Amino acid sequence: MAEVILQGLTKSFGTARALSEVSLTIPDGAFVVLLGPTGAGKTTTLRLIAGLEKPDAGDIRIAGASVLADMPAERDVAMVFQQYSLYPHLTVRDNLAFPLRSPLLNWPEPQIAARVQEVASVLHIAHKLDNKATRLSGGEMQRVSIGRALVRAPRIFLMDEPLSSLDARLRAELRIELKRIHKDVGATFLYVTHDQIEAMTMATHVGVLDRGRLVQFGSPREIYEDPVSTYVATRLGQPRINLLPADLFGRAPPGATQIGLRPEHVRQGEGVAAKVRRVEHLGDQSRLHLTVGTHDLVTLTDVHTRHVPGDSLLVRPENPLWFDASGTRIR
Amino acid sequence: MSAASVTEPSARAKGIAGFLVLLYTVITLIPLLWIIATGFKTGPDSISYPPKVVFSPSLEGYVNLFTDRTRATPEQLSAMQPPTNFVDAIVQRRGEVITQPSKFGARFLNSVIIGFGSTFLSVFLGTLAAYAFSRFRVPLKDDLLFFILSTRMMPPIAVAIPIFLMFRNLGLSDTHLGMILLYTGVNISLAVWLLKGFIDEIPREYEEAALIDGYTRFQAFRKVVLPQAATGIASTAIFCLIFAWNEYAFAFLLTSGTAQTAPPFIPTIFGVGGKDWPAVAAGATLFLLPVMIFTILLRKHLLRGITFGAVRK
Repeated sequence: MAEVILQGLTKSFGTARALSEVSLTIPDGAFVVLLGPTGAGKTTTLRLIAGLEKPDAGDIRIAGASVLADMPAERDVAMVFQQYSLYPHLTVRDNLAFPLRSPLLNWPEPQIAARVQEVASVLHIAHKLDNKATRLSGGEMQRVSIGRALVRAPRIFLMDEPLSSLDARLRAELRIELKRIHKDVGATFLYVTHDQIEAMTMATHVGVLDRGRLVQFGSPREIYEDPVSTYVATRLGQPRINLLPADLFGRAPPGATQIGLRPEHVRQGEGVAAKVRRVEHLGDQSRLHLTVGTHDLVTLTDVHTRHVPGDSLLVRPENPLWFDASGTRIR
Repeated sequence: MSAASVTEPSARAKGIAGFLVLLYTVITLIPLLWIIATGFKTGPDSISYPPKVVFSPSLEGYVNLFTDRTRATPEQLSAMQPPTNFVDAIVQRRGEVITQPSKFGARFLNSVIIGFGSTFLSVFLGTLAAYAFSRFRVPLKDDLLFFILSTRMMPPIAVAIPIFLMFRNLGLSDTHLGMILLYTGVNISLAVWLLKGFIDEIPREYEEAALIDGYTRFQAFRKVVLPQAATGIASTAIFCLIFAWNEYAFAFLLTSGTAQTAPPFIPTIFGVGGKDWPAVAAGATLFLLPVMIFTILLRKHLLRGITFGAVRK
């Protein structure tokens, strides 16, 4: 448990710039989620903090002290990899005990056994403890690798899409479990995900990376409601934000070329004419796919909507976001 | 239900393949069986024509292999006690007396020391080098790897005379250390290349996880990489052992006494009192055993090792 500060972190692989001057403070006890598409630098950030890569420039400070000269083991961090992280020649039990048996911790065996049992039952893998790690399903493997991070109390948990290979039910369960651990232990997390629900429900802070640069850092609500660019706006939101020509609904502020409309920011019953293209009934919500002029637009509607494809209705924007030609937000 | 599968061969095809494999096995095993059988024949049986397939087994070959004998003098013959064990019985029946144990035991032990010693050294150094080549940024890596491989392109015997002179000047002639170093030198290229292939296939993530879990790089290597490279290490060890064990030319050239291995020794049995085929066959049979046992013990690894990397996972 500690504050982690990244200062001007820069890293290139050959000619490819992976990170450009990323500065970020992860407060003690925060749950920071990194968002961004593949290649944005999320995993590189984790690997730099873990000490698996050395930055070209910049500094990493954990609990006030620079850790650049420290070996990964000395940094006292735990990392959950996206894949390939269980030791295939060991049983689940030995995998979980591995960090506790390290020369650095070297716990007494009875204590290790108790701790392993405890973590295994939290992750519902207690009955698999004596299996070889290779004889588990993908979801079980990933739970063991999360477990291997949880057995100790590191200064920061680094997690690289740890739930991406799990089925929906397990993902929901572990999401709550991780959140509980975060609350109970007060642990600091840096968490990479593509999943919006994970980002919105777990994060205390969200950082959005774009081609190696940190473009926005704030609370999940800030990122969702107050994005600095179209890039950030499209990171969150399911269905995605509608980006349409600024003048589609009438007058736009000077300089604006695009209007950004979250599906819930489309008011029905007044404004310009739209045609229903498709209706999706999702159970807890219904989505209307509309056509305004030549542009497509997705909005939410009543679960029991009577609309059918071909219907006409009026729509107008409500609390729109405006962006200029480069995608930067206009306030 | 019974529709022919595209990838699964039919029962008939499997039957034919099985028969061919069996036939091939029998044909290749005949010389081996012949040697083993000859070891249990008496001298006359071993050279009888037509060859005897059915014969009454005798341990004469093994007794002759382990002993040096001379023809008994008439005095010795008359003073002879009735035999108390099977060795004496065989020797007396042929009218001979044992003068001393033969050198076969010592030569065999030399083979074991040199063969396993050089195998251990090749695999040990090979594993460390292969790991470094696989994981670290080594300057001129490709050139170094090619250089290591190139030592294998020339038949070692081509440099027999320089090596002979070097060994004489360094005092390595006819020493265990000299032979171990020589065989290690020949095998190390194979070991590095084979093991590098195996270690390349082990994902780095395992070591990275171990590094983060509180281990140093060497501890991660020992605890995580080595167990997973076991297959590669085992098959490399078998290849190295087979070479060192069977090597004849250098052993003949560089050893004569103290460090002489079994291959150059076995033919010398011929010199003593005619062509003793059963003794030679007995020596060859015993000589087969260690490699055979070693290979059988590691066969699971060997099979996996040979096909390793052939299929991309």
